[in-house]
Amino acid sequence: MSALHDQIKQVIDTEPVVVFMKGTPDAPACGNSLRALQALWQAGAPIAGVDVLPDPRIRQELTALSEWPTIPQVFVKGELIGGADITEELFASGELKAKIDAALGADREQSVRTVEIALD
Amino acid sequence: MAANVIRDLLDQAFPEGEIAVEDRTGGGDHFQVTVVSDAFNGLPLIQQHKLVNAALAAPLADGTIHELRIRTKGTA
Repeated sequence: MSALHDQIKQVIDTEPVVVFMKGTPDAPACGNSLRALQALWQAGAPIAGVDVLPDPRIRQELTALSEWPTIPQVFVKGELIGGADITEELFASGELKAKIDAALGADREQSVRTVEIALD
Repeated sequence: MAANVIRDLLDQAFPEGEIAVEDRTGGGDHFQVTVVSDAFNGLPLIQQHKLVNAALAAPLADGTIHELRIRTKGTA
């Protein structure tokens, strides 16, 4: 297992809500990544964003771990929720907020930050 | 054409399914696929989408599909 693999796994395991995306939460570089972010924000999630664009190996390792081929990928408490379509659908049905409430408690702080992946 | 390839793969994976493939931008690499199939009955959304991703693994891996939007629905 590579250091990059371990690093990605650690982010998934430790961040309550993490989005692997194209661009950063401040500057999303893809409409689908933005859709996922917006749904999470509206559901009241604290969001950690990881940009996969700086190195193609980030996406390769992520997809090997998650068995999900496309970007974005949303994880809540270490569990893959899905991409932009599922995140939006779950938000529209109220399930996303319920899932986040159940995982993090209804009384929570909402923040958005970028998590950097260290590359060799 | 990529849309036909995608449709054929989905037809094979979901033979009884109701399938729609839309080229969202006209550029031949951004697609919206809609699949209604009894294969999805009782499955959470993520498992439904995984079945679609698996059916389209080849065009996703080789870059034929640059962007894929998925909508799935069971028949129950």
